[in-house]
Amino acid sequence: MAAAVFPVPPPHPAPLLVSGLVKHFGSVKAVDNISLELHSGECLGLLGPNGAGKSTLIRAIVGRVAPDAGAISIFGAPAGSPAACAAIGWIPQELALYPRLTAAENLRAFGRYSGLTGKPLSDAVAWCLNWSALEDRADALVRTLSGGMKRRLNMAAGLIHQPRLVLMDEPTVGVDPQSRNRIFEMIEALRDRGMTIIYTTHYMEEAERLADRIAIVDHGRIIALDTHQALIQNCFTASAQVIARFRDSSPALSVWASTHGGSLKDSTAEFAIDHPTDLARLLDSAAAAGLDLEDLALRRPNLESVFLHLTGRELRD
Amino acid sequence: MPQFLNIARIALIGLRRDRFALALSFLLPIIFFAVFAMIYSGHGSTTPKISIIVVDQDHSQASAQLLHSLQNEDSLKVATGPEPTKENPTPPDYTAASAEAAVKAGDVPVALIIPSGYGLHPISFGPAQPATQIELLNDSSDIIAPQMVNGLLQKAAMTSMPTTMAQQGMDLTGRNIGGFTPEQQKRVDAQMAAMRKYMADPANANRPSSSGGGGMIQVHSRAVVGENKPNPMIAFYAAAFGVMFLLWTASGAAGSLLDEAESGTLDRVLASRVSMGTLLAGKMTFAILLAFTQLTAMFVFGWLVYRVDLPHHIPGFVVMGLSTAFAVAAFGMLLASICRSRAQLGALSTIVIMSMSAIGGSMFPRYFMPKAMQTAGLFTINGWAIDGFTKVFWRDMPVSALWPQVTVLVSTGVVLFLIARQIARRWDYA
Repeated sequence: MAAAVFPVPPPHPAPLLVSGLVKHFGSVKAVDNISLELHSGECLGLLGPNGAGKSTLIRAIVGRVAPDAGAISIFGAPAGSPAACAAIGWIPQELALYPRLTAAENLRAFGRYSGLTGKPLSDAVAWCLNWSALEDRADALVRTLSGGMKRRLNMAAGLIHQPRLVLMDEPTVGVDPQSRNRIFEMIEALRDRGMTIIYTTHYMEEAERLADRIAIVDHGRIIALDTHQALIQNCFTASAQVIARFRDSSPALSVWASTHGGSLKDSTAEFAIDHPTDLARLLDSAAAAGLDLEDLALRRPNLESVFLHLTGRELRD
Repeated sequence: MPQFLNIARIALIGLRRDRFALALSFLLPIIFFAVFAMIYSGHGSTTPKISIIVVDQDHSQASAQLLHSLQNEDSLKVATGPEPTKENPTPPDYTAASAEAAVKAGDVPVALIIPSGYGLHPISFGPAQPATQIELLNDSSDIIAPQMVNGLLQKAAMTSMPTTMAQQGMDLTGRNIGGFTPEQQKRVDAQMAAMRKYMADPANANRPSSSGGGGMIQVHSRAVVGENKPNPMIAFYAAAFGVMFLLWTASGAAGSLLDEAESGTLDRVLASRVSMGTLLAGKMTFAILLAFTQLTAMFVFGWLVYRVDLPHHIPGFVVMGLSTAFAVAAFGMLLASICRSRAQLGALSTIVIMSMSAIGGSMFPRYFMPKAMQTAGLFTINGWAIDGFTKVFWRDMPVSALWPQVTVLVSTGVVLFLIARQIARRWDYA
């Protein structure tokens, strides 16, 4: 893997600096010129649909994907270097555990891979079991653990060497709501300790809850990067959206939508409003135009709306 | 569509899309058929020749006739001296001692020593008649060769020494009937002279005789290898089957690499401070230990149950065991690195291990096979490992004599591991 070279290293290297990263898989451009800087103690959410390039970006940071172009620096060290490997804790999407080992044995194995031995290793295993609430299942074989427990152990194994930068690749995939909440609490505990985190997900609620900043990824590019509120404000000046679906698509519907500053797709019109009274005005004018309303929704703009606004597609398409 | 047909259809689609498995499902039986057909049919060649050494200490007409007759046997490859080399273009003929050493070393399964004085009494028609015994030195691991050679010796008496046989027959008759009359003796001498003249003609020298009988050449057989072994073939089979199962073990152990690649554990490990080389070395160390332990268990069982003499061969066993375990472990790593899934590994290892085991002598001794197959066996781990264990447990050779087998097995292991490392680069980075 090509070593990243930064001509003038900053005095306090950023936890993560990605510049001009490009990666192809055959004819598919999985990562398309991504640049990114992560601040110390920050939790960055990478939000995007499946196949957007989130995991490839994470794997490139970890050093498991060799980029075609660009550079990655982790606390000033090139990705894949021993210093970078020591600084990073990677929690992969897959349950990357040894099923025939116990929870504690898995943690010890991954701790040793990271160079821990003796008391530091024992302390780290104890901390991880406590953090993941698996102390009472320490001696249970992994294959006997529930799905949620396996997920927590999978996360703990990524933190066994006390990394400074944690990369979590969709850690809640396939877990029930209760276990998901438990995982959120674990991540929030890490944030409270000031750990720098990247969290990839295609669930906007997770990004909203956990991330200080959110990068929206689509087709291998970061199409927006800001705080949750700033992303919405940048896309929507109004405070609410009205979505009105009609039974038929007619010329009258098109005229009505454009008259009130809305957009029309098939037989669904979308408007931005600032006051609830604007809704009554819209409905009155629709009735006056003889339009046959089938369904009406009023919602505040969220990340889903931002993604739809930026890409024209639903987040979960 | 009935459900059972739907299920069959899904399975068929699955097979069609796994092209490697599809190819193997047709190739596997054909490859096995070809391998075993070659072994059993001799691949179109004649019956494998038995190599023997003949030491003629008599240098009489009878011993020369016997040697000549044996040399003309299609089923024998007779040597009276070592093959010339650049260093020694005219090596001296074998002696009784060097012939015995050659049998002990496994160069030939049988040596015949024709002793001085053989020509005086080359054959006998019964225990009352004196005859000089030919000594047959054999390796008792080969139960076929000495019996064949003994039979061919008796055949030689029939076909190549009719005058000797007739003369001794007349002498015996004369003694039993109280002697011939002068007239009878004159006729006998005339007949014998005519026979000698007839046999002196090269065109008639090897004409088969129709006379019957057997056991006229007295042979004293002596096993110079394995004569004191309580269970002659057990040590051979312990090594032969042991190596074959070691190959399976190593292949299975290396297969954990594929499981870990599939589960993502391999990625996670490689993202830590562990390199691919270290990872493969770790997997190989485990495979070596597992294979050696398995081999040890097999020989300990052989010792306890079948009296294989393990306690007196521990250094040789350890050297051969570790060399073999190293080679098979590297072989397993190579198979695992080539394959993309456990299913592929299962199919490929079945083909390769069964073929290697058949050709290399794990299923039946290589000396039963045609010459070409015996040579092919030298391209297998089984062949070299079995040869080494045979040297230790059968021929009681010292550890220093194992250097060819150890060199080949360790070199093979190193080469296979390096190839596996190269192929495993696909897991290094995406």
